[in-house]
Amino acid sequence: MVQPLDHLKESPSQTAGPYVHIGCTPNFSGITGVYPQDLGHEMITGEVSGTPIRITGRVLDGTGTPLRDAMIEIWQPDAAGLFNSPAETRGRADPNFTSWGRAASDMVTGEFAFDTVKPGAVPYVDGRLQAPHVTLWIVARGINLGLHTRMYFPDEDAANAADPILTRIEHQNRVRTLIAETPGKGHYHFDIHLQGPTETVFFDI
Amino acid sequence: MTNGYVNRDRRWHPAALTPDYKTSVARGPRQAPLSFPTTLVEETGPVFGHEMLGRHDNDLIVNFATGDGMAIGPRIIVHGQLRDEFGRGVPNTLIEVWQANAGGRYRHKKESYLAPLDPNFGGCGRCMTDAQGFYEFRTIMPGPYPWPNTMNDWRPAHIHFSIFGQAFAQRLITQMYFEGDPLIWRCPIVDTIPTREGIESLVAPLDMARTVPMDARAYKFDITLRGRRQTLFENRMEGL
Ligand SMILES: [Fe+3]
Repeated sequence: MVQPLDHLKESPSQTAGPYVHIGCTPNFSGITGVYPQDLGHEMITGEVSGTPIRITGRVLDGTGTPLRDAMIEIWQPDAAGLFNSPAETRGRADPNFTSWGRAASDMVTGEFAFDTVKPGAVPYVDGRLQAPHVTLWIVARGINLGLHTRMYFPDEDAANAADPILTRIEHQNRVRTLIAETPGKGHYHFDIHLQGPTETVFFDI
Repeated sequence: MTNGYVNRDRRWHPAALTPDYKTSVARGPRQAPLSFPTTLVEETGPVFGHEMLGRHDNDLIVNFATGDGMAIGPRIIVHGQLRDEFGRGVPNTLIEVWQANAGGRYRHKKESYLAPLDPNFGGCGRCMTDAQGFYEFRTIMPGPYPWPNTMNDWRPAHIHFSIFGQAFAQRLITQMYFEGDPLIWRCPIVDTIPTREGIESLVAPLDMARTVPMDARAYKFDITLRGRRQTLFENRMEGL
């Protein structure tokens, strides 16, 4: 026998289920008067530096049907590449930018939306810069473990081509599943495909 | 000095495709996820202040009730410690919970179960862990409920938990079950967890020592998040 390793196991994930909005966006789900507003509703809380942008998107299942009961969270740095987090040690992020947003997909169209700023670049573990991107986390009924992915920008070709994560993807034809469309100035649209030939690259992170 | 977060053990968590839980068939990704070491992006995360909490946020018995009303059902306290895989308490982090009422009915537009709504029960609550990672909230025991999967599936009584931790890599949603509920072992959603040991780690025991006499029973639910490696040596390979 050897000494036991007394590490604990992570609590297993369980699906967020169809009623995740009761707990996470109660005002959106019609439960008012408990919290003054839903958490993550606003990412910009005052005068903010950088370029304001709007991100919209949908989460589509294997049949091409948009999910109308998903919850999406995003996490990103401010325009200077700094996170509003106690774990950020490189400097102080813009105090009027939260770095974190939460949205429910629309109960009819399935579309989600975030008003945020274009993120700055953040270094990879070896110091190379990662291309500007937004991290997304998707939970819903039928999703057993929250899905991490990233949205990259279509107007950052050079940075995307050098990005340490994007260049790591074995099937390079799937890189385009991580790049948003831009239907208008300052507007980025990102559809997330859970399955199929255009299945979005999800991250084991 | 840190070397990032311990990888998720994907054989311990439910797989993406679990056909007995039918909704996962069209919604679970089929391709292998891309693995890479956590970067600053995943090692940071939102943190909320205790001042954000309202006085009754952690009391589902009264936080939606009007006047002197209270939610109907067996009164319980749920408490425990949030810690990481190395046993370190995770301090000052937000826990959000939601649940059905005592009859097994959710307050939601899409809910169709015939059990009645409780006018004094909303079903959401939140609390924050203290400096050592301990948390506590008060609620009523949720009822089991039927759900459309096969024609006769019932969810065991459960409370949904959303937990932030200190980094986006730790973000987790899970469910707490109650000791002794026979429905735990008949539920296709519970059964997405591959091992009996994993399932049992989500079953909260009755904790008579924390019961409030003549008022509320207590259940103890400890939660474990991914651990952050801490070594004196940082030796990441070139290109990793
Ligand atoms: Fe539920």
